Amino acid sequence: MNKWEDNKAWFMVIPVFLVVAISAIIPLMTVVNYSLQDIFGPNQRVFVGLEWYKDALTDPRLHAALKRQLMFSSLVLLIEIPLGILIALMMPKKGWGASLSLVLVALPLLIPWNVIGTIWIIFMRPDIGLLGAAINGFGIPFDHTASGLDAWITVMMMEVWHWTPLVVLLAYAGLQAIQEAYFQAARIDGASGWAIFRYIQLPKLRGVLTIAVLLRFMDSFLIYAEPFVLTGGGPGNSTTFLSIYLVKLAVGQFDLGPAAAFSIIYFLIALLFCWLFYQVLLKIGTGDKS
Amino acid sequence: MPTAIFFITIACLLVAMTIWQAKAPSSERKGFLPIATTPGDRLFIGLLSSAFINLAWLGLTNFTLWISFIIALIWMIVLMRWG
Repeated sequence: MNKWEDNKAWFMVIPVFLVVAISAIIPLMTVVNYSLQDIFGPNQRVFVGLEWYKDALTDPRLHAALKRQLMFSSLVLLIEIPLGILIALMMPKKGWGASLSLVLVALPLLIPWNVIGTIWIIFMRPDIGLLGAAINGFGIPFDHTASGLDAWITVMMMEVWHWTPLVVLLAYAGLQAIQEAYFQAARIDGASGWAIFRYIQLPKLRGVLTIAVLLRFMDSFLIYAEPFVLTGGGPGNSTTFLSIYLVKLAVGQFDLGPAAAFSIIYFLIALLFCWLFYQVLLKIGTGDKS
Repeated sequence: MPTAIFFITIACLLVAMTIWQAKAPSSERKGFLPIATTPGDRLFIGLLSSAFINLAWLGLTNFTLWISFIIALIWMIVLMRWG
């Protein structure tokens, strides 16, 4: 059998290639094309070369949005991962309590993203919101529409409420997969609860926690709907993350050229993280710990 | 036209790599990169890193992009050969 026949399975990839070409590559080509032009109207456009890229790379608002985005993603990881592990450790391991707690924990994941934002707008309103009014009732002034800090606290609380369940489910699955023999050996040795967690559970959770960290980082890095519905990027620009800034540029100001250049840069950053994500997953799959 | 040239170049690269791999399939190997890679992996890493080299050049300097283009080209060759 010659080498071409060995590789004829590659032709089976052609349908997928066509679908990807239509759904991804052609729009990408359009965006690249837009990023090199100044667009005034449907038939009025001027070629400007890489000017929009230069503008985007030196734009202080973009730098500020990128810093906010990285800070947001870092905070998400710092809060959601330990909290997710803690909740997973506290959940019942078997019986009806396990099923009930799994359903309750998973509920926030089932709510559409824009609905989440609306829920939290009402929940945090200083006049009628359950939590917002309660905080103000204690004499602490809290208004996420007026204070940048309050807006950040609200966005973080919403994000943690919405996505910690994913970490919980992953950690819970990882904990359930640990064989009972490890715990029996620990009990015989008289190991403390902390020692069991530190030397048995945490190392065994390494794989699922890596996936959780990467998933949560990627998701929070691309976040748009929830903070947009909740704060619209405000007050001022205090919660304007990269995707919100991009939409303001493209839809709000109709600056299609700069928005397209910014999209390509954003896409490259996301692609870089996706590739790292893929590499780490591959290493986990092969058991490579380097 | 520049967009067309850009995408046609990448498409040609992919077609050339596909034909090369179909004619003479190559396996993963370990070079100076910390991971074992196939030629396709190295092409992807090279294209992505070249994009960042050009972006960094554009954002940090006012010199012509031809210099960063040549740097990226040399980097691609080094990566494909010894990566």
